[in-house]
Amino acid sequence: MKILIKGGRVIDPAVAHDAQADVLIEDGAIAAVEPRIEAEDARLVDAAGLVVTPGLVDMHVHFREPGFEYKEDVESGSRAAAAGGFTTVACMPNTDPVIDNEALVSQIVKRGQEAGLCRVHPIAAITKGQQGDLLTEMMLLRDAGAVRFPDYGVPVESSRVMRRALEYVRLTGQPIISHSEDKALSAGGHMHEGVVSTRLGIEGIPSASEDVAVARDVRLAEITGGRLHVCHVSSARSVEVIRRAKERGVRVTAEATPHHVTLTDEAVEGFDANTKMNPPLRAESDRQALIEGLADGTLDAIATDHAPHAPLEKLMEFDRARFGIIGLETSLALILTVLVKEGRLPLADAVERMTLAPARILGLEVGTLRRGAPADVTVFDPDLAWTFGPGDVFSKSANSPFLGRELTGRVLLTLLDGKAVHERPEIRGRIDAGRSSHNLETARS
Amino acid sequence: MIATRKSLLGIRELDPDEIVEILDTAASFQEIQQRSIKKVPTLRGATVVNLFFEASTRTRSSFELAEKRLSADVLNFSASVSSVSKGESLRDTAKNIEAMNVDVLVMRHGSSGACHFLDRHVEARVVNAGDGQHEHPTQALLDALTLRDLFGKLEGLRVVILGDVSHSRVARSNIFLLTKMGAKVTVCGPPTMLPPEIQALGVEESTDVRAALREADAVNVLRIQFERTKESLIPSIREYARYFGINERKLSELPEGFTVLHPGPMNRGTEISHGVAEAHSGTILRQVSNGVAVRMAVLYLLYGGEARN
Repeated sequence: MKILIKGGRVIDPAVAHDAQADVLIEDGAIAAVEPRIEAEDARLVDAAGLVVTPGLVDMHVHFREPGFEYKEDVESGSRAAAAGGFTTVACMPNTDPVIDNEALVSQIVKRGQEAGLCRVHPIAAITKGQQGDLLTEMMLLRDAGAVRFPDYGVPVESSRVMRRALEYVRLTGQPIISHSEDKALSAGGHMHEGVVSTRLGIEGIPSASEDVAVARDVRLAEITGGRLHVCHVSSARSVEVIRRAKERGVRVTAEATPHHVTLTDEAVEGFDANTKMNPPLRAESDRQALIEGLADGTLDAIATDHAPHAPLEKLMEFDRARFGIIGLETSLALILTVLVKEGRLPLADAVERMTLAPARILGLEVGTLRRGAPADVTVFDPDLAWTFGPGDVFSKSANSPFLGRELTGRVLLTLLDGKAVHERPEIRGRIDAGRSSHNLETARS
Repeated sequence: MIATRKSLLGIRELDPDEIVEILDTAASFQEIQQRSIKKVPTLRGATVVNLFFEASTRTRSSFELAEKRLSADVLNFSASVSSVSKGESLRDTAKNIEAMNVDVLVMRHGSSGACHFLDRHVEARVVNAGDGQHEHPTQALLDALTLRDLFGKLEGLRVVILGDVSHSRVARSNIFLLTKMGAKVTVCGPPTMLPPEIQALGVEESTDVRAALREADAVNVLRIQFERTKESLIPSIREYARYFGINERKLSELPEGFTVLHPGPMNRGTEISHGVAEAHSGTILRQVSNGVAVRMAVLYLLYGGEARN
């Protein structure tokens, strides 16, 4: 089957393409991207005024499977991903049991394929059971399909173990993903330590708990030559540490979340547990530093840290609620609204941070519209204004601080291997206009 | 106008006019408490539940007396003997109590913001009787009433808040109230007990007790909790008592009329010496009786306003 996406603004960071063009998809792969393509036998998608990009990549999600399926599972998480324009995600191993062996890695891969809504790459733990002492079998895990190694949510406390992990991982060529946090400094805290925590009487999580851990991990990466990826950077000082490390040639990459570049600790006023996550929403100066870090490339990727929790874990006192919010459904719209529309990050750079950059860090052959690449394509309307409501949540959980927020820019169509995995009503009139069927899903079956 | 509010969750959201309204109303209730029949019918027919998730004898008793002197029907609900110990959530507990057609919930809870959370989920009025380390509005009001009784005004008054300011809801509510009313506030304590960026709340910061007291008219002495030594906030109680405790020697340098407040219960020999506690017992006990008057005023203005209309 052929699909021709016509007249959109096609952004493909891998080949520095950003111009109006047509995209031809044939048998689930990209066949051509050219200024003007005619294909009589193809389904037509009129993308005039829309943006066409490689399927988005989110290198940091929690799909909670196995063990916490009441919050999310691979299928529901995949549906949320597709709705947000994501065709590739990497899911974290802080499950029960922890993803630290080949069998579990294979299981998650299989569950992702069964759902068939997005590419799901499990991330294996650095240490067995995330206990922080014994290294997992990184080569075996890689060959079973694991993309990289974090001890997510459970930072590797021992500097010695972290050093060994960074040394050993040179074998696999993959990065160690670090949730860099000094737990001794952050323990007991529930929000950013600063004037707002002082006002609200909530125990603080100082920026220093991240800064000292990032500094340690960067230094260990430097002496070992191992690749390090720093998760969800939240503080200005950490951005600076990473910037300087990159200048020295340390093999370090980093990510920022949409919520940390959108909100500050002021959002915690009102004690809504949907503003509680780790690392916490920080000060305005931190938010600005993150935006600058994304703009100058110090922060390579945008990742959601999509962390579903059930109402019974969130609808409660602030200090008793769990950390984390969902993010897949709102990620692109927040970045478009807060960064692109405001002139802080060019659209092409935003797309790069959400496609090619994370794909490269993960070592995956996605995130591009190159000829022959799998036809993972996201089509969005950059100007469509909408309000994020409960009906727009595809995750099993709805723990988002953005419910009720007005956003600009919306994903209308997500293709995985050339098949529609998400399709908004707004695009139906643009499909095969003038012909009988207006639905790519129909075409598939 | 307090009467237009649903709940009293904290001092922070009050206007100075509303604070004056509560204090003036409390002053009139002070008078009622001197009568032989201390009861007025304002809350007759209203049901007030005292929902205490933390042990508290004085605050709960003070609220209960205030409620009874306003003729309300009172139910005391304490967490240790309730469904909470069986794992019920705060929201469910509150919804269940509310289903019994309750008018006012007075809550003490260990989590900062718990009253704000409760207020969003119930129709009943909520009065904050202390939430975590956040606010204790009626305590700040009774402290203010006591200071106003003694000094005739709050504006321009210089008050030191001494002790573990970081972990104190009394300190926060006092800071909000006194700065709104034009008083000059200095927080004082060891650096580990002063929260970050506290000056942004409009107060001075000091670690020198003597210097802070010299520039003040009154000190509000916070209770020091013994478990703070385990968190390395202070090396020992004895070191704290020596350098930060209020004792005769520190007070001897100060003019007559210098006022010592303590929200109670006191740890004599820790944050306040036995001698000072005795010498200033008149003020400290006045705080206690003002507590009943202030709580009557709050309930009267919140609910009684409704009854009047």
